[in-house]
Amino acid sequence: MSEKLLRPASILREFKKNQVTHLVWLPDSETSFMYRRLVEDGSMELVPVCREGESIAIAAGLWVGGKVPVVLIQSTGLFESGDSIRGMGLDVNLPLVMMIGYRGWTRHGVTLDSAARFVEPILNTWGISYYLVESDEDVERISIAFDHAQRTKHPVAVLIGSEYAEN
Amino acid sequence: MLQPVDALRVVEEQRSNGVVVTTMMGSRAWRRVSHNPERDLHVGGAMGKASSVALGLAIAQPELKVIIVDGDGSILMNLGSLVTIANKAPAKLYHIVLENGVYAMTGGQPVPGVGRFNIAGIAKEAGYRATYTFTDLTEFATQAAKVLNELGPVLVCLKVEPEIDNTPIHLRPPPARRTVDAMKDLREALARGVSPG
Repeated sequence: MSEKLLRPASILREFKKNQVTHLVWLPDSETSFMYRRLVEDGSMELVPVCREGESIAIAAGLWVGGKVPVVLIQSTGLFESGDSIRGMGLDVNLPLVMMIGYRGWTRHGVTLDSAARFVEPILNTWGISYYLVESDEDVERISIAFDHAQRTKHPVAVLIGSEYAEN
Repeated sequence: MLQPVDALRVVEEQRSNGVVVTTMMGSRAWRRVSHNPERDLHVGGAMGKASSVALGLAIAQPELKVIIVDGDGSILMNLGSLVTIANKAPAKLYHIVLENGVYAMTGGQPVPGVGRFNIAGIAKEAGYRATYTFTDLTEFATQAAKVLNELGPVLVCLKVEPEIDNTPIHLRPPPARRTVDAMKDLREALARGVSPG
């Protein structure tokens, strides 16, 4: 059986389909191939941040300015961003898609990493819908997430359940 | 020391058609001087994040003048944003920091390190194109036309008298407009066309 991969090019295709203009990003250990691919592509502007809490507020400003931002952070950054998600996401009806690296999550055996175990309970508590993406077979869920965010005027999370492949 | 309202009146004279993003006590003072409330955006919902919201707007609309009215307690919560802003270097971003040395909205407790750190110095070393500190209204008023129109990002630290409040949140007057409405309205207004600020 061939290995199911999550290719940066597939993600990028979904972003382009949804007319994403800006990627507000703090890289994590799982996303180096994604970073390289996005820099090479050059069609979207990268906005690197020093800490994830900035990312939601920057995305809110981009949205006010008429752009279509996406936030890419790890689950640990989701936790750090709590007050920003509340105040600059949920409270202001921000239709934002947040790509969350689901660090430590596995569907095989026990998920031990607390960076994974708390993600879904927290998203559920905040009333934030989420879609799991593990391979290229799932990437259309990203478009579903964009549609969901627009329709509900609400942040929506895409949980990236595996590391990006090299190509 | 400057009075916040007097100092912000000078800023208002230089805003042109710009958007002003405010937070905490700065929002209250700004409301008293603003001539264009449709282009004011009060950000109270995420502490310390006014600078980040303003950065996003400045990136999205590079021809638009964007002014942040921040506080020392607020920017201390988001110091990394100084580096993030300097890295993107929006040319028409002007970052006003009202430095009063206290958390004015919670009863006036001193901010950490009060009197020891230098906000303009931190911003300069973070990579802002220019930074200034003013302790005198006349001097600020004399320099404002130059400072608030040069190539950004520019940070202006204004040493102001604290206007301390300790009213429980549920007893405070609500902002003139809710942030959610202001953001929606501003987005629609900008979509109709940006007049350079």
